[in-house]
Amino acid sequence: MEILVPILTAAVRSGTPILYATLGEIVTEKGGILNLGLEGIMLLGAYAGFAVSYSTGNPWLGVAGAFCVGMILGLVHSFICVTLKGNQVVSGLAMTMFGTGASSILGRDYVGVTIEGLHRFPIPLLSDIPVVGPAFFRHDALIYCSYGLVVFLCWFFTSTRQGLYLRATGDNPRAADAMGISVARTRYFYTMIGAGIVAVGGAHMSVAYTKMWAEHMTAGRGWIAVALVIFAIWHPARAAFGAYLFGGVEAFQLRLQAAGTTIPAPILMMLPYLMTIAVLLFISIRKGKGIIFGAPAALGLPFFREERD
Amino acid sequence: MGTPDPSRLLVRMEKITKRFAGVTANQEVDFDVRAGEVHALLGENGAGKSTLMSVLYGLYRPDSGTLTVGGREVSFSSPRDAITAGIGMVHQHFMLIPSQTVWENMILGVDGLPSVLPKRAIHDRIEELSQRYGLAVDPDARIWQLSIGEQQRVAILQMLYRRANILVLDEPTAVLTPQEAERLFETVRQMTSEGHGVVFISHKMAEVMGLSNRVTILRKGRHVGTVDTASTTKEKLAEMMVGQKMVFKIEKKISSPGRPIIECESVRALNDRGFPAIAGLTLSVREGEILGIAGVAGNGQAELCEAIAGLRRVESGRILINGADLTNSLPKKIIDGGVHYIPADRKGTGLVPNMNISENSILKRYWNKPVSKRGFIVWREVFSFARDLVSRYSVSTPSIGTPVRNLSGGNLQKLMLGRELSDSPKAIIAAHPTWGLDVAATKFVREQLLAARDVGGAVLLVSEDLDELLAMSDRLAVMFKGEVMGVIENPAGAPIEAIGLMMAGTRMEEAFASAGKEGRSA
Repeated sequence: MEILVPILTAAVRSGTPILYATLGEIVTEKGGILNLGLEGIMLLGAYAGFAVSYSTGNPWLGVAGAFCVGMILGLVHSFICVTLKGNQVVSGLAMTMFGTGASSILGRDYVGVTIEGLHRFPIPLLSDIPVVGPAFFRHDALIYCSYGLVVFLCWFFTSTRQGLYLRATGDNPRAADAMGISVARTRYFYTMIGAGIVAVGGAHMSVAYTKMWAEHMTAGRGWIAVALVIFAIWHPARAAFGAYLFGGVEAFQLRLQAAGTTIPAPILMMLPYLMTIAVLLFISIRKGKGIIFGAPAALGLPFFREERD
Repeated sequence: MGTPDPSRLLVRMEKITKRFAGVTANQEVDFDVRAGEVHALLGENGAGKSTLMSVLYGLYRPDSGTLTVGGREVSFSSPRDAITAGIGMVHQHFMLIPSQTVWENMILGVDGLPSVLPKRAIHDRIEELSQRYGLAVDPDARIWQLSIGEQQRVAILQMLYRRANILVLDEPTAVLTPQEAERLFETVRQMTSEGHGVVFISHKMAEVMGLSNRVTILRKGRHVGTVDTASTTKEKLAEMMVGQKMVFKIEKKISSPGRPIIECESVRALNDRGFPAIAGLTLSVREGEILGIAGVAGNGQAELCEAIAGLRRVESGRILINGADLTNSLPKKIIDGGVHYIPADRKGTGLVPNMNISENSILKRYWNKPVSKRGFIVWREVFSFARDLVSRYSVSTPSIGTPVRNLSGGNLQKLMLGRELSDSPKAIIAAHPTWGLDVAATKFVREQLLAARDVGGAVLLVSEDLDELLAMSDRLAVMFKGEVMGVIENPAGAPIEAIGLMMAGTRMEEAFASAGKEGRSA
């Protein structure tokens, strides 16, 4: 128990940025748009969150700022992919490179600065439950928001009209269009919302997790999130499981290092990424044995109404 | 058939013109629909029927012409506008989301629903509509689990759910058994008796004669005429549709089958979803005969062709070609073993659209002499081979350097036939070889297949056109859920009802018994 609780707690803490990024990408991909710019969006989100928190002193304004920056990047991505019908992979990769470069230039002045950031806020009663309490209910409010987001998205996708239209757009845009759903409007809206959520993931790193800014501070978490979307088979609850699993692996390797293990540190630091590869392998093997439900069938394909077959 | 009220015009389309990248799909076409009538839209493939209806449904914007709904001129910028105006369309390829349930599909794009979906009320309304129109369907089933006939019912219900009073059915019977088609006609009659207007797109004369009140005929994108069904005949319609008196008869010599060439022994294979598509199928095609495969689309015909051609894994059983076991061999080995495959998907599996005619012509022989020497392509040989194909199979093209994507459907098919049939092959798999072709090209394709048979080829012919199968086949196998329901000898003389029953899953002996005739089994 004494080992499990701190690892679980750390798993939730370091898994949350990945969770936000994964949920954001699920929202985007459900509509059929692939956004590979997560890493860049997270970095700009982390930067914006930190800069706004620093200058206003209010971390929640920082989070809101990050969300807006994400929305703007999502707008650019949807303009390229929906209006111009450009290549979604190329646009996403460009977004990653842009975000990485822009955040490190803009963030130069903030290196070494710290902020108050979001405080821990144990939830009364819930935090006293053994194991579960300290692991899940002694965190900052942004982490609690992510629990809410997971539950909300599960409900949104299955029980609401807008959720149904979103899934229809990603599964068969031709049919959605024929039924009177605006494919372009749906894709624009959810690509922007999705990117906003991804940016909040970045902001959690700078405003709540580390309370500082560092160049490339997401360190590949955006890419892990891209893989996690597939791992979760586009389901928000499985995304939470996956994100905490990765967070746990990361926390575990840190703890092993601290305990003075003889395994060289670089090998331990590879663990989360090795696990990404393992998960993708597992998924592709399973995929060969039948279709996976939940995967948007029209993911990554632009939609032309008057194209003839 | 109810008497339509001729005064009430629901929709009028005037002088509609629609062009696609230089091709005129509709040229000044007039069309209208009255309340309580079935108005058939008749024409060959490519005559512009679907395009005209897509304009009506707001999918395409016309380049010129006017559209009047309920007395008011309208301009639709998307299907949403058409739906609001009360127009519903059931497409040939249903616009359904396979991974979602029936009720979820039902409410896509429906106005005025609350944000949190009232599942109970939706179920009730589906129930009520299915009862009224005889369209039984389980609201909680997922679309991919449904048969094509059931999916069609969902697509029709979808339109009724949003209170469409003009319903366009785009070739609705192409995917149905004769019995299912009869049920569909009952539903259509129920709708017209309630004052709905139905547009029935088809190229099947018998259905048009039996169901419609009026017929509009299109030919090559132009309006040929609109006539009352009661005052016309099949022959007159056919003449208007084709433009000349075209008596279509296949000159067929009597076949003299020899030893078996293509043999399938208890073959099992899965479909793309991983479910059984071929379930222990056994059949053989002999030297010098055409074996037709009939069946409703999606009963394993496509998977069978792919399994023989080596493009789909055979889970169990054996496939022998000319006596050699080629089960799960590499496609190249199967090609060398004498199998010539004419796939349904011409631009996907059959040809490489961005490569030119000469390159496409050697796709299955680039490793053989004289086209290839010591690992190099001898282009001089390739060009002369391609030129020879183009002239022998009358492919009309500017040059042999033309990319294949610029060829019309008929010329694509001629090129592919040339590639597959030019050196009197032993085993031929032809999947929907005349699909989407005009009359002349269809005739050419059929003649070529018969010629291949006459020089000793074993031809496996898959088609959805029952008339074609009956005319071409020496024997006819009917497939249902991946099994052969029976092989009919002398199919031209077999009762259609029996074949219909077999397509719906009845074994041959039983089907012939209930069709009131003696079956002549293999």
